[in-house]
Amino acid sequence: MSKLRKRETIEGWAFIAPLLVGLVFFTAGPVLASLVISFCKYDIFSAPRFVGGRNYAELMTDPLFWQSLKVTAIYSFVSVPMGLGLGLAVAILMNQKVRGIAAFRTIYYLPAVVSGVAVALLWMWIFDPSYGLGNVVLRSLHLPGSQWLTSPKTSLLSLILMSFWGIGGGMVIYLAGLQSVPQHLYEAADLDGAGVLQKFRHVTIPMLTPVIFYNLIMGIIGSFQVFTQAFVMTNGGPVNSTLFYVLYLFRQAFNYYHMGYASAMAWVLFAIILGLTLVVFKSSAFWVYYEGERR
Amino acid sequence: MKPRGDGAMGRWGDGATRKKGHSSLLTPRSSMIYLLLLTGSVSMLLPFLWMVSTALKQADKVMAFPPQWIPSPVVWRNFIEGWGTLPFNLYLKNTCIITGTVILGVLLTSSLAGYSFSRLRWKGRDVLFIITLATMMLPAQVTMIPVYLMFRNLGWLNTFKPLTIGAWLGGGAFNIFLMRQFMLTIPLELEDAARIDGCTSFGIYRRVMLPLVKPCLAVIAIFTFIGTWNDFMGPLIYLTTPDKLTLALGLQFFQGHYGVTLHYLMAVSLIVMAPCLILFFLAQKYFISGIALTGIKG
Repeated sequence: MSKLRKRETIEGWAFIAPLLVGLVFFTAGPVLASLVISFCKYDIFSAPRFVGGRNYAELMTDPLFWQSLKVTAIYSFVSVPMGLGLGLAVAILMNQKVRGIAAFRTIYYLPAVVSGVAVALLWMWIFDPSYGLGNVVLRSLHLPGSQWLTSPKTSLLSLILMSFWGIGGGMVIYLAGLQSVPQHLYEAADLDGAGVLQKFRHVTIPMLTPVIFYNLIMGIIGSFQVFTQAFVMTNGGPVNSTLFYVLYLFRQAFNYYHMGYASAMAWVLFAIILGLTLVVFKSSAFWVYYEGERR
Repeated sequence: MKPRGDGAMGRWGDGATRKKGHSSLLTPRSSMIYLLLLTGSVSMLLPFLWMVSTALKQADKVMAFPPQWIPSPVVWRNFIEGWGTLPFNLYLKNTCIITGTVILGVLLTSSLAGYSFSRLRWKGRDVLFIITLATMMLPAQVTMIPVYLMFRNLGWLNTFKPLTIGAWLGGGAFNIFLMRQFMLTIPLELEDAARIDGCTSFGIYRRVMLPLVKPCLAVIAIFTFIGTWNDFMGPLIYLTTPDKLTLALGLQFFQGHYGVTLHYLMAVSLIVMAPCLILFFLAQKYFISGIALTGIKG
């Protein structure tokens, strides 16, 4: 190795040294430790005790585990596809050539820049069954009011509805995608006599599939990690109807100090997210179109 | 994946519409579009208006039915009184310390790593980059418990260290990815000139690269600010005594506080949201270019 090359190698490692420390102490080490702990009973006050696969076996017979999985799955399978569709519809609207569209884009994106406890508190007030905005709007449309978060029938739906307030985040990604569809494709379709719907179906959608794919993956991962809303707004209730997976995991870890059990839950979560992501990746060969890709 | 630098930066405005000119306001098609746009805008803005309206109401008007959209009288005092109910100034200070420390750490270490991954040639570089990217797939919950136990053993519980140290150790795989992609778009010639002049790699990073990647640094700083400012789970796990609370924790505590009424709750929530909203209005172009930067297409 030349002297210069050697120096570059040393410099290369020096520049990533902080990252390397982080990867070792905050990722690799903890991942291994977490795996080990998931096979132990550990309450942090006494030494961990190896119990083999018992935590995982207990999970399988824990009704709250299944409830939390069900709640999270319903939330994910309803809010993600509907959010994708809504985001796309709004993006198409935002891509129209009308006056003042920039102002509309700002308005639609605005809710996506706020998050956390403040937003949760705002929506709790909106969902107030007696005086909240939700029922004010329903009543003004002559519809019956809803119990929102206070009934197990509507609590999860309310949280799904709330998630649509933030579709602006996905919208801008679609918008960037829409605006990078080459104009000549539409012109060619025009020459072939394609109508608006045909152009949408055969030009816009195929060209947008990579963006849909990205939003889908991010949406799935995000939806399985819902925590703040559930913790602040409902604390899992009523009758566990909003007991999200990560909320239950958090309780096991930091309320009951069942560190082994919670670690096992974390690994199951990882497996689920990985599994779903793989399915989407595998399926992408059939529906995602990459420009410049050889088939 | 290829980065899409600032090509997309100007798109927020009417960029796309300039080519063909505006259609008339009065055609049936554009009336339909406006109708849809306005309906959507109302549903996006109504929650904000509801919040502002409640925050400015007199206590006995909050629960009026039908609701009073324009408060009368307008009670600006609610902001001061609500803020004064709990030591929110202290929470604000804590949140600023944490957010500031995190942003600095993220900007420094992610740009260092991004530079190394994009410009320096060393053995194992590409493998390490793939590993870094792969960590994005790992849900935080997997590492949460051992990391908590580690900080507990170090005696760092109820300090800000657990919330900030990660930022100084790489600053997150996604940010490193953004940095690397952005740096790859910068012409090599600029660096070569500096190298011939005898600049070291660190000198090039500091004097040539950093000034050129300012837009990317801005994007990362903005999104890191919003994420850290609003973070709830981290502070919830690590901060326990009242003097250490952040705004997010304080708000949650405020909600269950005896005698706190909705107009105060909304007033304080609004103050907590305000920096994010203001930042958005000031730096709209960075928000949009940040999204384009992710280079999701192609």
